[in-house]
Amino acid sequence: MIALLRRDLALALRAGGGFGLGLAFFLIVVLLVPFGVGPDRTILQPIAPGILWVAALLAALLSLDRIFALDHEDGSLTLLATAPVPMEGVAVMKALAHWITTGLPLTLVAPLLGFFLNMAPAAYPWLLLSLALGTPALSMIGTFGAALTVGLRRGGLLLSLLVLPLYIPTLLFGAEAVRRGAEATGAQAPLMLLAAVTLGTFAALPFATATVLRINLR
Amino acid sequence: MSIWEYSNPKKFMDWTAPVVPWTFGLAALACGAGLVWGFFLTPEADKFGSTVKIIYLHVPAALMAINAWFMMLVASLIWVIRRHHVSALAARAAAPVGMVMTVIALVTGAIWGMPTWGTYWVWDPRLTSFMILFLFYLGYIALWEAIEDPDTAADLTSVLCVVGSVFAILSRYAVRFWNQGLHQGTSVPVATGGRTVSDVYFVPLVLCMVGFGLLFLALVLLRTRTEIRARRIRALTARAHRA
Repeated sequence: MIALLRRDLALALRAGGGFGLGLAFFLIVVLLVPFGVGPDRTILQPIAPGILWVAALLAALLSLDRIFALDHEDGSLTLLATAPVPMEGVAVMKALAHWITTGLPLTLVAPLLGFFLNMAPAAYPWLLLSLALGTPALSMIGTFGAALTVGLRRGGLLLSLLVLPLYIPTLLFGAEAVRRGAEATGAQAPLMLLAAVTLGTFAALPFATATVLRINLR
Repeated sequence: MSIWEYSNPKKFMDWTAPVVPWTFGLAALACGAGLVWGFFLTPEADKFGSTVKIIYLHVPAALMAINAWFMMLVASLIWVIRRHHVSALAARAAAPVGMVMTVIALVTGAIWGMPTWGTYWVWDPRLTSFMILFLFYLGYIALWEAIEDPDTAADLTSVLCVVGSVFAILSRYAVRFWNQGLHQGTSVPVATGGRTVSDVYFVPLVLCMVGFGLLFLALVLLRTRTEIRARRIRALTARAHRA
């Protein structure tokens, strides 16, 4: 399983892996917002946490279809299915690799972009914390969605239609934690709920993902 | 002799053929009576005026929107556990009906909201939950349409329905945490039995609820029959091609 993680990371990092694309997309979406809503710093400040969360979510969505599609095309997914590794383990490792290549860098870059949106200084630690806790859930839910659409030729748009409604609780708790953190009105409750969502998805969704993969490989 | 006998497509077609027109008739009767009674024969409420009467469309539609998803969940589980094809097709048939019910609930709610709350839309937990439910229906139907092999499609949508149910319930409570509501609580709590709506409005409302339930049942039976026929046609053409 560790070998699988190493392989996925290597594939993502080398040329053509599209490692930087998600990050660049995140940067551009966040920088486009001031053009849309105007450069007024008093407008940007309260909406900054929400924008950063939505942009992070879209950036994570962008690289989802690559989780299984390439492996399915060249047949290595079938090899993985027959390998002496449980399918559930494969699902977790795929989600983990996706998180390390998108969620983690997004989390690290987000405070820098918060600076462009005039985010409240008190919100920075909460933004970092909530993204660190929440982006793994985005990767795991996304892996499930990618497994659902792996056999389809034009699955990209369908994938976002399926996955985005599932992202609602994560987004809601994550953005709420940052907002409450900025106002110092008790960010602990949404953070704990966010952590609960992440733990819950990692506990349950690998099984659903493995089931779906087995159906698709039948 | 068990109820599973009726999951045989042939048997299902046989027993539903006479049932469907009756269900439609009863649904029309209950809906018609409930709506006419509700619209023309009830007094206007003192706080809401005549706008209260949209309740006869709004509440039954909202009720069926949730119960349709629940029915799809049960049908999906039956498909996963017992592999009855009719069950999977019934889940598929119920999805568009449930989606339309969701839209009716949202639209009638918006029409009612303008004179009463002064706005068509607020990000109230109940309204938001229904919007999310609508998105789940959309994704479910889109996945059915996207996959060619019918058995794979049935399997994948079943898993999506189960996972979606968990996330729909999670979202429902999450939005309550996120924003306080403007929508009033239910006037007819089933669990406690203490209802706050008077009999004048309640009896036609119950008639409408029963009517909408029957309508849903009739539409799902009809659509399931259509799905079975469509599958038979596909099988026959495939056989003709081979011959």
